[in-house]
Amino acid sequence: MQENPAVLIADLRSSPPQSLGDFFHRCADSLDAGDHLVTLFGRHEKSNRHWGTLVTAAFQTTAGELKVFRGQAEDGKHYPSLTQTYPVAHIFERELWEQTGLQPDGHPWLKPVRFEGERQQAMTDYPFFKVRGREVHEVGVGPIHAGVIEPGHFRFMCLGEKVHHLEIQLGYQHRGLEALLLRRPPMALAATVESICGDSSVAYAWGYCAAVEALSNSPVSLETDLLRGIALEMERIAMHVATLNGLATDIAFLQGGGTYGRLRTAIINATQRVCGNRFGRGWLRPGRARGLTEVLRQDLLQTLNAFAQDFSEINELMLASLSVRARFQGTGIVSTRTAQELGLVGVVARASGVATDTRIQLPGRLYERFPAEPVTESTGDCWARMKQRMREVAASLQWLMKVLGDTALDLSGGGTPETIGKPLAPETLGLSLIEGSRGPVVQVLETSSQGQLLHYKVQDPSLPNWFGLAMAVRDNDISDFPICNKSFDLSYCGNDL
Amino acid sequence: MIKSIFVRKSQGSQYIPDLRAANPVGFRGKPVISGSACASACTACLAACPSRAITLDPVQIDMGRCVLCGDCEPICPSAKFSFNNDFKLASTERDALTISSARPDIDPIKVSEALHKRFGRSLKLRSVSAGGCNGCEMEINAMSNVNFDLGRYGIDMVASPRHADALVLSGPISRNMADALQIAWDAIPEPKLVIAVGACAISGGIFAECNEVDRRFLDKFKPTLYVPGCPTHPLSLINGILDLLGISD
Repeated sequence: MQENPAVLIADLRSSPPQSLGDFFHRCADSLDAGDHLVTLFGRHEKSNRHWGTLVTAAFQTTAGELKVFRGQAEDGKHYPSLTQTYPVAHIFERELWEQTGLQPDGHPWLKPVRFEGERQQAMTDYPFFKVRGREVHEVGVGPIHAGVIEPGHFRFMCLGEKVHHLEIQLGYQHRGLEALLLRRPPMALAATVESICGDSSVAYAWGYCAAVEALSNSPVSLETDLLRGIALEMERIAMHVATLNGLATDIAFLQGGGTYGRLRTAIINATQRVCGNRFGRGWLRPGRARGLTEVLRQDLLQTLNAFAQDFSEINELMLASLSVRARFQGTGIVSTRTAQELGLVGVVARASGVATDTRIQLPGRLYERFPAEPVTESTGDCWARMKQRMREVAASLQWLMKVLGDTALDLSGGGTPETIGKPLAPETLGLSLIEGSRGPVVQVLETSSQGQLLHYKVQDPSLPNWFGLAMAVRDNDISDFPICNKSFDLSYCGNDL
Repeated sequence: MIKSIFVRKSQGSQYIPDLRAANPVGFRGKPVISGSACASACTACLAACPSRAITLDPVQIDMGRCVLCGDCEPICPSAKFSFNNDFKLASTERDALTISSARPDIDPIKVSEALHKRFGRSLKLRSVSAGGCNGCEMEINAMSNVNFDLGRYGIDMVASPRHADALVLSGPISRNMADALQIAWDAIPEPKLVIAVGACAISGGIFAECNEVDRRFLDKFKPTLYVPGCPTHPLSLINGILDLLGISD
């Protein structure tokens, strides 16, 4: 059994990069075969005294394997855009153009993803998509919003109350994170990685640990994986409940808001009792994870048991409320086909009937022994995204009860920090996928011939999903935007890096 | 309606009666630096610290930079570092945030009579996230939940800066947010103050070295209250504000 098939290690010496034309042909062939485009990105490199661009694409095949293609080109080279045939490539091609200057000819909407480098604060140089017509009007919202929430700009093109198009412009949270990750020793990045997207610290930390452990050939024990799995499901419950809290509050279902708020407190306080932090920071480190004493194991079981009962009570109340149904059912629909065409991932895709979950498609040692339950909804509206979250929380609870209740497992230790200081394999690419609360967190690390980090690519599930929100809002009333947005609950900082 | 009352009853009462005496079990809060001598020429803690919060000779931690990750604790051969769950970490002075074995506590906040008179019964806050990771933002939101229930003191988050008395700043101030932050600040009527929440807002935190950060706003407008943490614990922020305004129960 493969230890963790959601981690891919590719020896770059054995497969030199192809020409850009061949590279994109292979990508197209793979997409034709129905493979899922996990990521596509590039970086500058100086070889033979010329600057060029190295492009990497990763796919997940229908058989459930990860594979990687590499291509190279001179700087500023043009190529026929994949997006015209495969909409799933749209955001990756925009990012590739923004970060390296490679020009996708025929891309329908080539704008910066996050206004990096010289384009910082240059938002006004790139006008919004214009819908023309006598009674068309625009509504601009943000970057600062009414609530306590991260910044981003939403530009609605409306006819009356109806939204015909929404353009989402992000980048306000851009901190230059990928560059920062190359400035410190690769084994000492855990705390930094935990702050990439602070509400998903565990998913990011696990992906980082898995990648550097694979690159330094330092396998961890099943117990360490189990502890990381426990941390991840605690995070998933906390984040889904936070979204349910937001959904209830946004439609003024105040009892739901109050109750989900306090239920989330119970979960994150239990996480704090294990690792010292309500967001799970410090729980995972390369080579190890904080163990559970018998007292803590019982404490978690007790907390989860009490939570489960109160959670199902408030869910029943919310699902039975006519006003909740009236607001959510049929609002912000993303069809299965749209979700597939746009390559949506995670909880949002599952709510539209796409059965995608890294824990199930690439299970490995941990999830083969303790399988994650597949959960999907079919209607793709705000109601489905709400129910999806309720059901995923219930599935996470079951998974946790099973693992924590298995007295044959020794969860007291969590590995040793010996990994620190071990060198990384030279000229190797390490890719990891962790199914966080929003979807797969992708991290790709590339090492130099001396085993130093050359590139650290970070990809939040929000990157491909933001466009799904734009599609969900189409032909809906603008007043329903807040609930559509909350039902997606995407990350701004994870997108902006 | 009856179901609703039933749920309300079974959920029970959840508020923390005394926010000053709360006991956040397990919280990795204030560092404690022991007086033991360092191993000679040892710099293990400097290498482990992700935000350059530690300086040597003598060993000091700048709580304005510290992200409370705890990575210094296991790596120190002289066991100089430990953490307790003290959440009273806020200060009105940036310099007062540095602690050592000789100076283990952050100075208690001095109650401002002027602020007490003006805002002691009502303080409205406008939050601006400028490059934050959504950690501090979620904890700022949590202050208003049924557990912490900050509203009981007349302190609320408001949507418009026009209605606000203070700007709650989180994040290291990304350059792409610098203009929007300034506009929000300009829209808050006088008298007004800045509350810096989290290591990022206080010092840049883990992102202090990023080129895409522009912190000139804070050169012009000095925070009245600094609240350490990564993210800031709601109890740290609430106690900081209560102490600053001299609010007693």
